[in-house]
Amino acid sequence: MVEGLMTRTPADPDTNPVAATAAGHAGAGQPGSRELRHTGHTRWVRICHWIMAASALTLAVSGFVILMAHPRLYWGAVGNDLTPALLELPVSRNYHHGGWDPSIPFFADARSAVSAVRTYDILNENSWARSLHFLAAWFLVVTATVYILSGILTGHARRDLVPRARELTPRLFWHDLVGHLRLQMQPTTGGPPYGLLQKCSYFGVVFVALPLAIFTGLTMSPAIAAAYPVLRAVFGETQSARTIHFFVFAVVVLFIAVHVLMVFMTGFRRQFRAMTFGN
Amino acid sequence: MSEKPLIKSRRTFITGLTSAGGLLLAGCSRTLPPTYGNVLRMGDLLTYKAHRLLLPARSLAKEYTHSEISSILAIGTTDPADPHQPAFNATNGATYDRLRSGGFSDWRLSIEGRVARPGRYSLADLKRFPARTQITKHTCEEGWSAIAEWTGVPLRRVLEAAGILPSARFVNFYPFDDAPDGIDMLDALHPQTILAYGMNGRDLPVPHGAPVRVRVETQLGYKSVKYLQRIVVADEFDDLGKFGNLQNGWSWYAGI
Repeated sequence: MVEGLMTRTPADPDTNPVAATAAGHAGAGQPGSRELRHTGHTRWVRICHWIMAASALTLAVSGFVILMAHPRLYWGAVGNDLTPALLELPVSRNYHHGGWDPSIPFFADARSAVSAVRTYDILNENSWARSLHFLAAWFLVVTATVYILSGILTGHARRDLVPRARELTPRLFWHDLVGHLRLQMQPTTGGPPYGLLQKCSYFGVVFVALPLAIFTGLTMSPAIAAAYPVLRAVFGETQSARTIHFFVFAVVVLFIAVHVLMVFMTGFRRQFRAMTFGN
Repeated sequence: MSEKPLIKSRRTFITGLTSAGGLLLAGCSRTLPPTYGNVLRMGDLLTYKAHRLLLPARSLAKEYTHSEISSILAIGTTDPADPHQPAFNATNGATYDRLRSGGFSDWRLSIEGRVARPGRYSLADLKRFPARTQITKHTCEEGWSAIAEWTGVPLRRVLEAAGILPSARFVNFYPFDDAPDGIDMLDALHPQTILAYGMNGRDLPVPHGAPVRVRVETQLGYKSVKYLQRIVVADEFDDLGKFGNLQNGWSWYAGI
């Protein structure tokens, strides 16, 4: 999921000084070092990539099925069909369904909490969807932990994924963005070094989105939230965590879509081989 | 020449040991929910074991203030006497109807199974135990949540009064509808696991499980069985047959 994409800025130092700077940073300023690193993805990266890719796809599909059971998002601890929603998603017949008996207030005051009996038979496939979601989550959590720890320990993260401080200038961002929009892509070499936007998206998915998805997911668990109240403090109450979890899912799906698109645009066969069998 | 029979008998010995171990294991395996060879149930089991291994026991679910009480839907069975509801049971439904018309004064909660003193408790009997009132969040497996105030007797008090036998590991709840469920002893003895007869300062309404429901605050809402009729303490795991969660494809453990 994190490494199969290869869109470097045009890197001819004679005609493109900006790219020369970026490439120089990526290669730690040593001529020739980039060539030496064109050995492709290491085995542990390839294994982790495909396990995480399969887990992420399974999580996306099963998570969407879970969302279909109750396609409303809220903020705070409480949210249900009798309370206002932050966002209603038109993704299943449960969207804007009718079907409640008249509501009965619990207390005497006009703004009292109410109770109502649901008479509508909702679509609910959560029995298998949630169990599948958690099964895939186990694979993702274990693999992501291995990947992140190995990435830090081997220097892969620092060398290939974390953007250099000197790269993070509006000018270089603009240049890489324009390059992508003009579809100026070079055929892949099947591995690092990566371009600026590429580094940023990999870094964002691995070190921001993935941990955020995992921790907001854990916050929704009644047993885990009881055991570790700090989760509620950091990621918000059940419904806030659920809403963040949904938006992280949306970002990851967008990432996967762009990632796969870029793999195709830079040479699918070569990229796929490099991430599966190595160079 | 003499070695062969020796090895043979040693093998027999080892085989004997192995099968004895197998029997022991078979006994032990009924202390966990079965997977039926289903990969989803294996994942559920892994989650359950990880929770029990990694989470500190007896952590309390957050309790809220009175002003945070929210609106709440009643779903699933909302009237056990209504023959149109999916988990309707004709015999129990008729009994429920009769008990309800008598204001539940003839209702008795049976505590049975692996307890020293099985017994039947009236609503008044339960109210004689020290009560616990808690304002907690109901987390529905569908994705929604609500906050309500629940009043009842900690299940632990009732089980201790009945005398849980040392070998007991599970507590199963049999309601008036066909939706039984169970929890392990850790959750059963949890201080916030109560037999609730009051909701938001009133008697528990029928749609929410009158006269008494269980509240399991460390698991999803569906574990908080409504319309209690019998509580059975067991040594071994019971999947509760075709009406139990497992045979219907749901995870038994819902601490998620």
